Amino acid sequence: MRAQARLGFILLLMPILLWLTALIVIPHIDMFLISLRERVGVGEYATSTANYRTFLGEPLYLVTFARTAIMAVTATFITLLIAFPVSYYIAKMIKGRLQSALFLMCLVPFWVSELVRTFGWMILLRETGLFSNLLQWSGLASGPVEMLYNDAAIMVGLVYTSMLFMVVPLVTTLESLDDSVIEAGYDLGGSGPSILREIIIPHATPGIVSGSIVVFMLSLGNYLTPTMLGGKDSLWFTELIYSQFIVRFNWELGAAFGFMLLILSSVIVWAMLRLTGQTLEKTMG
Amino acid sequence: MTPDLECTALTKRFNDEAAVDNVSFAVPQGSFFSILGPSGCGKTTIMRMIAGFLPPTSGDICIKGRSMLNVPPNKRPVNMVFQHLALFPMMNIEDNIGYGLRRAGLPKPEITRKVGEVLERIGLPGVGKRKVSELSGGQKQRIAIARCMVLEPDVLLLDEPLGALDLKLREHMKIELKALQAAFDTTFVYITHDQSEALVMSDQIAVMNNGRFEQLGAARDLYYRPETAFVAGFVGDTNRWPAKVDRVEGGALQLRTDSGLTLHGASHGRALSRGDRADVYVRPEAIRVAHTADELSQFDNRLSGQVTSILFNGAASRILFRDDAGHEEIEVTLPQSGEFAMLEKGARVHIGWSGAHGNCFAATTAAAGA
Repeated sequence: MRAQARLGFILLLMPILLWLTALIVIPHIDMFLISLRERVGVGEYATSTANYRTFLGEPLYLVTFARTAIMAVTATFITLLIAFPVSYYIAKMIKGRLQSALFLMCLVPFWVSELVRTFGWMILLRETGLFSNLLQWSGLASGPVEMLYNDAAIMVGLVYTSMLFMVVPLVTTLESLDDSVIEAGYDLGGSGPSILREIIIPHATPGIVSGSIVVFMLSLGNYLTPTMLGGKDSLWFTELIYSQFIVRFNWELGAAFGFMLLILSSVIVWAMLRLTGQTLEKTMG
Repeated sequence: MTPDLECTALTKRFNDEAAVDNVSFAVPQGSFFSILGPSGCGKTTIMRMIAGFLPPTSGDICIKGRSMLNVPPNKRPVNMVFQHLALFPMMNIEDNIGYGLRRAGLPKPEITRKVGEVLERIGLPGVGKRKVSELSGGQKQRIAIARCMVLEPDVLLLDEPLGALDLKLREHMKIELKALQAAFDTTFVYITHDQSEALVMSDQIAVMNNGRFEQLGAARDLYYRPETAFVAGFVGDTNRWPAKVDRVEGGALQLRTDSGLTLHGASHGRALSRGDRADVYVRPEAIRVAHTADELSQFDNRLSGQVTSILFNGAASRILFRDDAGHEEIEVTLPQSGEFAMLEKGARVHIGWSGAHGNCFAATTAAAGA
């Protein structure tokens, strides 16, 4: 009986183990080995840390690296600021059919491919786009206005793409907060901001943290949005990785870049968890 | 002296439907006032209006003579113990109790002192650092009260706070709540659908139905002198028979029930005349059981018959009785002397009660039995 249960357990575990090993662990080990290789001649390689030294020695790489991190953190923060009131409204202020309808409306854009959604923004923001025409028509601008290919456009795209992944965990945690707890706060003399600070946010922290982690990861690793809305010179780290692999055919340096990105995201997530006093089990479980 | 809480012509309508309909009452300082009624009668609506979570459609709420109409909940001198207590799970006990004091801007040492004092008073010293989830149901209950009482409110509102507790603990908490009220000497307004909670603890009880107060009075008055059929049926257990008035002699009535039983009853000042439809309410404990018919000669209602069922419940044991002619079953409380402890199903007994205990009300289409 016990042996059978064990077998069943192993069989059930198999798919995820295979998935993790074949698609995540093995490629990463291989990548790591490639990143430690240096090409010394035609078809000749030696083990060295040259790729990582190249990364650290080139200011452009470092600036792009830092810029990507800061932009991703900023995008996460803005997403949180926008998503929190939206989630609070959906979870607490309305009930019944309207609630599910609004929740669905957050989901609907994700039925369309990310590429198409990003093109949608390009249609709105480009020189001959909707906003530009609107400004000219209303007389606020004398000529065509180019709103694409800058950091603000990237930010808009990133926040838009990430919204759902912040709203879902926030709505879930906020819904689990009993209305009478909020009322008790008012009843005992609390004001709106103090209830938000002392009752609602502490309760929603697991949702805030898990939403933020997901949004941060998505933004940091996003390739499409920065490239399309930010243009060729948007200096996004994933673009550097892409160009090393595909354009320069320098897999060694690309692999090293990939590893730096992995380290960066791990460090920032770890720091965020430490800062908010949460653990990964608590927020993801 | 101005009462602590006074509601005048309080009305609340939801989409033209009156949840609370022209209710007026005053609660004197230091008393325990209960609103008793079935679910959906509007008692929670009254409570939420007093607390400030709902604006009344019309009417006024005064606390210590000051109108509360445009005062937000966080500025009112009332606090509320919620049905599920609503303790803050993200804070420890100390922070829970200290929340209101922190919001009032008291200095830290003073908050610590007051929190310690109130914990002492509710008999839970030293739990301050514990988490809410580590306490038992009864302890949480006391913490919820302490969290309000530490703010020294003029009126404390309690919204069925004992509903979630098991029976034994509920019985215990009834006594404890009454003791706490006396110790804090604060006005308590308590709402419940459980009549025994209201009867045991309250100085004054308002029985509420369909948004109106049916009767307002001390527990004993409600129980022995119900003014409406609803109160007679809702407070305490009762036998109820629909009947027709045959004869009227001053306050005394003779009636014939729909199944043909002739009964004596009393109108207690209510207008009932010959030929009217009426409901007769007789409490099971007002009916005497006897082995022989002679023992019941002083009663004007006398029946002989058989025990059809025994409802054993310790001191509150009852029997169901059916007379020889086979009219409706009558619920009778057994005397607590143990005289009938060995009574068997099918045994022959005689029952009787005085006509004055048969409260008669003009028949209504919807009289609820509790």
